[in-house]
Amino acid sequence: MKAILVLEDGSIFRGYGFGAKAKTSGEVVFNTGMVGYPESITDPSYAGQILCQTYPLIGNYGIDPSCFESDRPQISGYIAGEICNFPSHHTSKHSLTEWLAASGIPGIAGIDTRELTRKLRAKGVMLGMLQTYENEEDINEAELAEKSKNIDDPNKKDLVSAVACKEPVEYEPQNHNGITIAALDLGIKMNMIRRLNSKGCRIIRLPPSSSADKVISYNPHGILISNGPGDPKKAGYSVKTIRQLMEYKTPMMGICLGMQLLALALNGNTYKLKYGHRGQNHPVIDMKTGRCYITSQNHGYAVDAGSIKGKDIGLTFVNANDKTAEGMESRRHNFSAFQWHPEHAPGPADTEHLFDSFIETIQKEKR
Amino acid sequence: MPLDKTIKKVLVLGSGGIRIGQSAEFDYSGIQALKALKEEGIKTVLINPNIATIQTSNDFADVVYLEPVTPDFVEKIIEKERPDAILLGFGGQTALNCGVRLAEMGVYEKHGIRVLGTPIGSIVKTEDREKFRQAMLEAEAPVPSGRSATTVPEALEIAGEIGYPVIIRPAYTLGGLGSSVSWGKKELEEAASMGLRHSMIGQVLAEKYLHHWKEIEYEVVRDAADNCITVCNMENLDPMGIHTGDSIVVAPSQTLTNSEYHMLRSAAIRVIRKLGIVGECNIQFALDPKSQKFYVIEVNARLSRSSALASKATGYPLAYIAAKVALGYILPELANKVTGITTACFEPAMDYIVVKVPRWEFGKFNASTETGQRRIGSQMQSIGEAMAIGRSFEEAIQKAVRCLELGREIPDGLAASDKELLEEIERPTDARLFAVAEALSRGIDIEKIHALSGIDRWFLNKLKNIADFRKQLSGLKISDKNFSSLLTDSKKLGFSDPMIAKLLKTSEVKIRKLRHFYGIRPSVKQIDTMAAEWPARTNYLYFTYHGSSDDAQRSRKSVLVIGSGPIRIGSSVEFDWCTMSSVFALREKGFRTIVANCNPETVSTDYDMSDILYFEELTLERVLDIIEKERPFGVLLSAGGQTANNLAFSLAKRGVRLLGTSGKRIDMAEDRKKFSALLDRVEIKQPAWKSLTSLEGIKSFAESIGYPVIIRPSYVLSGTCMKVAGNEKELGGYIKHAAKVSRDYPVVVSKFIQDAKEIEVDGLADGESVFIGAVIEHLENAGVHSGDACMVLPPVSLEKDTAEKIKDYTERIAKSLRIKGPFNIQYLVKDREVLVIECNLRASRSMPFVSKAIGVNIVKLATRCILGEKLTHLGPLNWEEKADGFFAVKMPMFSWSRLRNVDPVLGVEMRSTGEVACIGKSFHEAFLKSLLATEQQIDFTGSIHAKNLSNAMHNRLQRLGFEINNGVSKILIDLSEKESPERKAAASKGSLIITRPEFAEAFISALESGPELEPISLQEAYNEKAH
Repeated sequence: MKAILVLEDGSIFRGYGFGAKAKTSGEVVFNTGMVGYPESITDPSYAGQILCQTYPLIGNYGIDPSCFESDRPQISGYIAGEICNFPSHHTSKHSLTEWLAASGIPGIAGIDTRELTRKLRAKGVMLGMLQTYENEEDINEAELAEKSKNIDDPNKKDLVSAVACKEPVEYEPQNHNGITIAALDLGIKMNMIRRLNSKGCRIIRLPPSSSADKVISYNPHGILISNGPGDPKKAGYSVKTIRQLMEYKTPMMGICLGMQLLALALNGNTYKLKYGHRGQNHPVIDMKTGRCYITSQNHGYAVDAGSIKGKDIGLTFVNANDKTAEGMESRRHNFSAFQWHPEHAPGPADTEHLFDSFIETIQKEKR
Repeated sequence: MPLDKTIKKVLVLGSGGIRIGQSAEFDYSGIQALKALKEEGIKTVLINPNIATIQTSNDFADVVYLEPVTPDFVEKIIEKERPDAILLGFGGQTALNCGVRLAEMGVYEKHGIRVLGTPIGSIVKTEDREKFRQAMLEAEAPVPSGRSATTVPEALEIAGEIGYPVIIRPAYTLGGLGSSVSWGKKELEEAASMGLRHSMIGQVLAEKYLHHWKEIEYEVVRDAADNCITVCNMENLDPMGIHTGDSIVVAPSQTLTNSEYHMLRSAAIRVIRKLGIVGECNIQFALDPKSQKFYVIEVNARLSRSSALASKATGYPLAYIAAKVALGYILPELANKVTGITTACFEPAMDYIVVKVPRWEFGKFNASTETGQRRIGSQMQSIGEAMAIGRSFEEAIQKAVRCLELGREIPDGLAASDKELLEEIERPTDARLFAVAEALSRGIDIEKIHALSGIDRWFLNKLKNIADFRKQLSGLKISDKNFSSLLTDSKKLGFSDPMIAKLLKTSEVKIRKLRHFYGIRPSVKQIDTMAAEWPARTNYLYFTYHGSSDDAQRSRKSVLVIGSGPIRIGSSVEFDWCTMSSVFALREKGFRTIVANCNPETVSTDYDMSDILYFEELTLERVLDIIEKERPFGVLLSAGGQTANNLAFSLAKRGVRLLGTSGKRIDMAEDRKKFSALLDRVEIKQPAWKSLTSLEGIKSFAESIGYPVIIRPSYVLSGTCMKVAGNEKELGGYIKHAAKVSRDYPVVVSKFIQDAKEIEVDGLADGESVFIGAVIEHLENAGVHSGDACMVLPPVSLEKDTAEKIKDYTERIAKSLRIKGPFNIQYLVKDREVLVIECNLRASRSMPFVSKAIGVNIVKLATRCILGEKLTHLGPLNWEEKADGFFAVKMPMFSWSRLRNVDPVLGVEMRSTGEVACIGKSFHEAFLKSLLATEQQIDFTGSIHAKNLSNAMHNRLQRLGFEINNGVSKILIDLSEKESPERKAAASKGSLIITRPEFAEAFISALESGPELEPISLQEAYNEKAH
């Protein structure tokens, strides 16, 4: 199978196809992590995106569904240097290709992914079309190039409702610590639930359209505003819920999109980063202690640090490289929020203690 | 926490001479540390007797001591220099052990010296096996069951508790010295006693051996504020059981899932925190291939071979950062040197794969596969390594194997029966990779190979791709329709043009032309630490066929300098010193410098040291690729030793501008016939020789010139090259077993002159005038390879008129060859007659020694002459005139204790792995100091073992107060010309072994003269010379 990738600027990459024989479009983004492709592919925050791995050898250890971040692949298309068809690992249940094919997702490999990444770095993320095919007659390069100028921008859509749960779901821990956390699901990664469960918390996962009353009806000791895909401003309906939830002063923790929505709820602003932060090596500095942590990140939008000034919100973490806002908290509104993924998966577990701090806060207030 | 301003002067300990397990990586890490200190305006004092290193050139440290890195000498230097602080993490195990000893002696307290970076207590925790186990338990990092033992019965008792297989690992050693795996009681008895012998404190760890578990390493950095990062993880292709130094290693890991990768990463961070390391450390894990179970195997609380590899693999300068952290900086304050704008507190993301392969030298020791001497295991035996970068595993590993310059590639496979192949795969020697490739191409099942070797199926599948493709290529014709697409695929799988040509039965030139015709060219990619997420300002480059665009632009007015490739016996860090000396000279003259090299240990592969670095194989194909991309003003081959020199003919033939002596003149010096004709013209004699193509011819010529004779075959079966034959029987035996003789493979036979002195001249010329750097005397008579001889400067027993004659001959030869650049000429002197042995028109092994001894970098000067400067502008300089009572002695360094069953005698084949040199006010002082610099545990009093030496020498030793042949001794003098079991036994113990009467004489008379052994810095020596 062959494959072609066309970007909105007219760039064309031709390689070999894998996964499903299909045509797709989306926002082309890159991730610099060297492990964790099953986790990334199933991360709902990648909805609407064609994901390019900068590490060229992908699929080496196959697919183990127990590490999924949701029940299915969430990406629109996949890009890698080389796909391994003979995975080797005791946990592997399928090869990456088989799994993507069964999920209807096309991929392209055998292209210069570094060239693509450099392009995205220089021009910013772009929309693109990806098609896998058997015969040259099946594609028309000129037509694709023309079409690529008018690709629907997934960021203009409400991606959140498409990936989040529709009904509340409860997750019981093995050893309950008496704490119940309501998680507003905007495209939540399962590892947040797994981490909090493993620490003894009971989780109520709620659809993004849930009203504040609905959330409060579960008598949660803490509220988690999850990660999720796309432009935070397209998930505006949950901003209202969040604003109302603040009134209850229940400890809240926001992660990724959750942080952006908390900022919007307090009339702060968000903006689109040129090419986002996607990888496992992003350093963030704790502004109180000066300590630096290596974090797992996946976001294309960020909170405008200037826009939250004087709104009872303090900036707590900053990105050590580009100085963007990475964390914020508000005593008055009783929340803390992080732009990265303390639940990791994929990525380093160095900031998992933030969940412990959240639990501590909850416990203190419970008493 | 910024720089601690109270630190004004820092002492840095080096690693001494190169031996198996401790190589050029410490030149690299030491230089990074010195640079990091210099930037802060801190004065640096370096102690390192490794004369061949770049760090001991006077451009890096403020004060350089070529002195033994032993507690005695270091303390004397501390008293003299009064540093505020000391760095122990940059000179390998040598510096670390010495540093711990100094702490025990109370030297730091006494002199108020601070140990920067990792505290002594933490170092001790990583070295003392029992303390280590305890710390790991506290860090919740499991260690294999077992404990430490101080006697053999104790080790057996432990084995009884934990069960076999058991691995024995001695405390405070490097490169797994003295370590081995036992599957039963008898084996363990031997293993434990060997291990105990090698441990500095008589302690070994007896531990459960995790057969065929994955071996994974992490390089971790921690600062004083507790920020921790893992800079690189690496996976050994060869699972547990093969020392990581002897393993094929890939970075990043290939077969680990996200959860495994980060489980081990988190454990690594817990470990570094628990140990309280401030700086860098290497952590090795064993990971069960069938579950998530893992164990911590070892921690090295210092820069290491692996950290050098990790630095080169990722572009992250670990040693530099470790030095800054030791000074008090915290990681987020430091910048990523590659981007210049992002922080050093991050973890590099690679968008390529790196493969490291080891280089062994068993052939140099006549080791055979049948006797098990070539078997590899938990004790490191390789001497060097090469690294290659690619965007597929196949591309990288094929490249890496070519970098080793073995004259064979992976698809060549191994000629052996199926049974032999499987035996090799299960019980590996240095040939396992080729055995695996061959087995795969014969269709032997991957599962079977996996079961025998433990090599992960992922790697085997990739190797199978190479084996399968080789078959496809074998049937391919240039006229085939799919030719160009298969050619493209073959390049992506790392096949070289010569290999493709061989399989297609055509020429390399033809394949190259066809490739270009089809537009199949490699792309240049950059190593930037961040997978293109941020722009890099450095030019650290490699080639790949998995690309469609170049990262880098060609630069103007550049010169390409070819490096020396992997370290092996005969080509070591000295040629890296030569490479860098040329680079410095070129930079001073305003050229953009491009370095090509593939050795991850070296300074020349630090992207900071040249304008552009191609981390690449040094094959003709690749060098032409670089030239086509960069179109340099010229190419400099004279610095990279034999590796670079070997390219001269082919490059010249393709019209490449080679800088320096013309190709025609090089040929004149290298072609024996032409060289003889030249010598005849200038009326200089050489020993009688002849090139012969039949055994009868050889015998009758040998008869006519008289035995002994030296034979140099052009094709060798057993690995060794040159041989001295004392009679017809020896000659016949050698030709029959080791060398091939035919019209295509002629043998050169020459007269071996006994009891002759060997003299070398290192110098340079500008095409007209000649500069003689030094006339060097070998302590041993001719017959000992120049790399193994003890060298003395200035000569101590050469008559003045003979020295003058040698200078005159040198001028005559250099002028008639119109040498433009560095040269080395070797002479024999007997009864005042001077004969020429050979002339090399390139930088030589002894040039760093000569340059540092005379205080003039002759390779730098030579490079200036190559660029067109005239010697007359440079002023006269000569050692003999400037010497004024200083002597320099260069001593070879051997790695006998690593090798199995080797008689440590010296001959015409080189066997030393490194060298050291010291300066003294007398020959005897320099001699004894340099001896101490090689063997750190020798004692010049007490007991000595002596065999086969004259009564006179025996008596003199007694008068010196030695107990002879009584008790344990670290010195053996055995002058027997026959094979000696005593020598073999002493070799395995790492004793000082004296086998030559000239050396024994020097040793005894040096002790008799009893000089004070005082440290002298190079700067002091130069200053005194100047006055």
